[in-house]
Amino acid sequence: MFTFEKYMTAGSLEEAFELNRGKRNVVMGGNLWLKMGSKNYSCAIDLSGLGLDKIEETDEGFEIGCMTSLRDIEMHKGLDSAFSGSIREALRHIVGVQFRNTATLGGSLYPRFGFSDVLTIFACLDTTVRLYERGDVPIEEFIEQTPGNDILTGVYIRKDGRRVSYRSHRMSETDFAVLTCAASCLDGKYTAVFGARPQKACIVHPEGNDISGIAEDAVSRVHFGSNMRAGAQYRQEIAGVLLRRALADIQGEE
Amino acid sequence: MKMQAMLNGRNVEAEIAPDMMLLDFVRSQGMKSVKRGCDTGNCGLCTVWVDDKPVLSCSTPALRVKGKKITTIEGVADEAEAFSSFLAAEGADQCGFCSPGLIMNVLALRKENPHPSMDEIDEYLSGNLCRCTGYQSQRRALAKYFGIVEERK
Amino acid sequence: MKYVGKGIVKKDAKALLSGKAVYTDDLAPSDALTVKLLRSPHAFARIRDIDVSKAMLVPGVETVISYRDVPRRRFTLAGQTFPEPSPYDRLILDEYVRFEGDPVAIVAGRDEKCCIRAMKLIKVEYEVLEPVLDFRKSKDNSILVHPEADFLGHTELGTDNMRNLCASDFSEEGDVDRILSECEHVVEGSYHIKAVNQAMMEPFTAYSFMDTYGRLNIVSSTQVPFHVRRNVAHALDIPKSKVRVVKPRIGGGFGAKQTAVMEIYPAAVTWFTGKPAHLIFTREECFINGSPRHEMEVTVKLGADGDGKFRAVDLYTLSNTGAYGEHGPTTVGLTGTKSLSLYSGFEAHRFSYDVVYTNVLSAGAYRGYGATQGIFALESAVNEMAERLGMDPIKLREKNMVHEGDVLTHYYGETASTCALDRCVARVKEMIGWDEKYPCREVAPGRVRAVGMGMAMQGSGISGVDVGSAQIKLNDDGFYSLLLGCSDMGTGCDTILSQMAADTLGCDIDQIVVYGVDTDQSPYDSGSYASSTTYVTGGAVVAACEQMKKKIVSCASELLGRDKEELSFDGEKVFAADDEDICISLADMVTSLQAGSAGVLCAQSSNTSPVSPPPFMAGVAEIEIDLETGKITPVNFAACIDCGTVINENLARVQAEGGIGQGIGMTLYEDVRYTDKGRMMTRNLMQYKIPSRMDMPPIHVEFEQTYEKTGPFGAKSIGEVVINTPAPAIADAVYNATGLRFRTLPITAEMVLKGLKEKGSR
Repeated sequence: MFTFEKYMTAGSLEEAFELNRGKRNVVMGGNLWLKMGSKNYSCAIDLSGLGLDKIEETDEGFEIGCMTSLRDIEMHKGLDSAFSGSIREALRHIVGVQFRNTATLGGSLYPRFGFSDVLTIFACLDTTVRLYERGDVPIEEFIEQTPGNDILTGVYIRKDGRRVSYRSHRMSETDFAVLTCAASCLDGKYTAVFGARPQKACIVHPEGNDISGIAEDAVSRVHFGSNMRAGAQYRQEIAGVLLRRALADIQGEE
Repeated sequence: MKMQAMLNGRNVEAEIAPDMMLLDFVRSQGMKSVKRGCDTGNCGLCTVWVDDKPVLSCSTPALRVKGKKITTIEGVADEAEAFSSFLAAEGADQCGFCSPGLIMNVLALRKENPHPSMDEIDEYLSGNLCRCTGYQSQRRALAKYFGIVEERK
Repeated sequence: MKYVGKGIVKKDAKALLSGKAVYTDDLAPSDALTVKLLRSPHAFARIRDIDVSKAMLVPGVETVISYRDVPRRRFTLAGQTFPEPSPYDRLILDEYVRFEGDPVAIVAGRDEKCCIRAMKLIKVEYEVLEPVLDFRKSKDNSILVHPEADFLGHTELGTDNMRNLCASDFSEEGDVDRILSECEHVVEGSYHIKAVNQAMMEPFTAYSFMDTYGRLNIVSSTQVPFHVRRNVAHALDIPKSKVRVVKPRIGGGFGAKQTAVMEIYPAAVTWFTGKPAHLIFTREECFINGSPRHEMEVTVKLGADGDGKFRAVDLYTLSNTGAYGEHGPTTVGLTGTKSLSLYSGFEAHRFSYDVVYTNVLSAGAYRGYGATQGIFALESAVNEMAERLGMDPIKLREKNMVHEGDVLTHYYGETASTCALDRCVARVKEMIGWDEKYPCREVAPGRVRAVGMGMAMQGSGISGVDVGSAQIKLNDDGFYSLLLGCSDMGTGCDTILSQMAADTLGCDIDQIVVYGVDTDQSPYDSGSYASSTTYVTGGAVVAACEQMKKKIVSCASELLGRDKEELSFDGEKVFAADDEDICISLADMVTSLQAGSAGVLCAQSSNTSPVSPPPFMAGVAEIEIDLETGKITPVNFAACIDCGTVINENLARVQAEGGIGQGIGMTLYEDVRYTDKGRMMTRNLMQYKIPSRMDMPPIHVEFEQTYEKTGPFGAKSIGEVVINTPAPAIADAVYNATGLRFRTLPITAEMVLKGLKEKGSR
């Protein structure tokens, strides 16, 4: 049974950060994952009083606060049109609307879950992760860091005109993905991201003359593993399929 | 710790444990329509509205919604009946255990999107599991409620 | 008929849909002790020592119970008619723990937190034993799951704990081996159906308290209140007179709640402490300590002549009952009775089985109860035979299926007194557009749509065993109280039985008041399982109401001073046929009975049936396969059912759609999985995925009604038959799309793609 002895609505990020240094304290996002554990915390730190639940759009990009719900991200018209609906596609399979209203961006990104749809799509965009202590970190670097007790305060996504597509394969429609795949193209350069490998999202920049060539190159650079949802071999086989489809989506947009 | 909220239009105050979840709080306040069905956020039985948005009360700490407006089916009885009478007419209530959570989410959908397609409905409600009906009778009730003329495939 | 046949709204609809506090957990007293169970981390172990002294000191803890504190008389938790076929192989807590999750200690305290603190302070020293995890290796294994001397099983059912056998049997008519050797075509295969969980939305829940008279009261979400009374009395070794069980509304059961998986724990706490106690299983506990479908491997050998006429069949089932034997000896029988009887004209047939113990969670009852497993195997074999013969599978069925009047192949010598299976098959063929769609067509590059079919049957109650009873009382103003002992678990039996009562009595349905079950007050009923309520209890309701009508007329005859033969009853009043002025209304009759006259109008009847007339159905699945990923998407399902007379069209339809939905779930998604150490991996709804509405195709249901003379208003059953066709139909559709035949469920995209790759490389 997951418990905590104190509930603290932080008055500032500084306060939250100081509290979070305590080993038995924890920053709480949507509490969907945390609650499933059986840890006994001393203090749960709530950031919901800090106004970090907003999406701000400028001509250059999007500033998204860590307490923004996945549902708000999914339904944001600016994000939808800037990235051709790929963010919505990445989020819409996550259980249901109530779940996504409850889950937060910070809670989804910070633990760098292997199964994460959110990490996969954001890793395929020009995303900067804003950490309280470390400062701004490109998402490639963020993925590789071990979580520690920093605080993710938000992300910044640059509007760079890239074309993006998101594909995933699931055993049933609202299950964790067997494999997630995002692809983007900017100035003729491709980025492919595979998540739920089942390890966390992996970013590659494949090359090739055509869709099949690019997909083959991308898949050859990524390691796939096994879990109860599928074996490594199967993941590797459908990785090429999903990426080819995502690349075709991108070309179709042209 | 002290908890205060507007629960179904009524100001409620109570001394609660810091780690009490909203589900246990609303049940302790007599809102027994809100059910616990899983511990993983998958079933949707515990759906309530916080400031008119459907959320999972099993995972939301009660203190997070201190001072906010919480709504359960007990607080929207008339609005709920406008839909639930269609469920009853189809026999889609069955065991009834998932019904309050489902109805709360259906009413939320209607506020967001008064004219959804059946695919949009299925997607919006996908976090409301039901084991009795195979969802068909719910779809028939939803089609009537939203005024959708269903095409038979 | 004013009500029978109509889609009458359920009597409890309004309460359920407005979220009223009507379920067990809603009603539990707030001062009840919270009960938690410490569980074994090992699949098989002996408790060398257990020390609860520190746990008892935790503030708020009331009691900690270990195996040393409980009665040493073995019992079963199967909700079955006495004497239960299931072996007496358990204790409330035992020195041996036989599966990961088997309870080791019961903790009761003020709240969950103190119970959990106490659980952490219980010191258990385990002697870890090597478990038997593979059910194919259990029979005659040197490791015994139940070595205990006080194990009590039925030798006539083949129970032998010294061989890990929960049951075993063999039967043969004709010379199967000889005929099979003469057959031009023989198909043979083993079909593996895994354990699947009922996943009803309401978790297992019960609370208990001592009443004014020193009796143990249990309020439980159960399908079998009367059996729970016996289970608990046996477990605590106390007289049944000391136990009362009440069933409020239930949030689904599907068979899971036909085993008393958890009532004994709060009951023990209350019995030992005298205090109210409350236990609600977490969803994880519903998975690791529930009562899932028996995992089975069904081996079929089917022989036919050159024209496709079936000649012989041999069916062997290996069933995994897990750590305990609940429903083990009985589920397995249905793999034969309810599959082989779909066809007639065999020259020889054989059915044999073994049910074995292993160190996984005990299986139980799940809708279909063995028939589902047997039908998947036999119907798949028939589809394979059709392919072997180059014949449309529907044609092959037309040649061999059972018809009305046929003696059923393996069904206690019963005849199919009503059977519209032929019409059902013809109808689903139309409904899906079989001739245009069979076997498959490409709808886009790399995307193939295909159809596949299966037939199914079940029973209507257990013949000569199940008992349903009804008691009806006439009250003021002429309304009736209908007391029933069957459990409405959401299916709506309280409503359909009221429909029958209202039509029999000729009254308005609102004049019938029904109650939840209370073993102190309701008439005995074996419970809601085995597709028995409509057919068995329905028969009792009709008989009780017929009696009531007679009693009303004879009462009026005394009051009006006319012979009974001269009087008629129209539901509201009794009047003389020759003079309508001589008349008394029901309301006036009750008024006069209640003043200065000592008459209570009350009738009761019990019903049991010497036969169990099968409902039949045919189902066709249409699926789409993505040949690049192997993903199977069900796009359509058509079903046509002969359940006799449809009593409530809406509720019958929802039964069918819900059962088909669960059948689709077990065919494509659901799978109770264990690690190689015997730890369950699929222990919540996040890892064990039941279908969401995004996974569910349109399901079209029609009825081909028959009139079953032994049933109330001509009804048979519908609750279970409906889960049986999706598995064979989808598996065959997958074959028609890909040429790959799968004999293990669930069929996943990975299996399909692997098969396609292997086929491609050949």
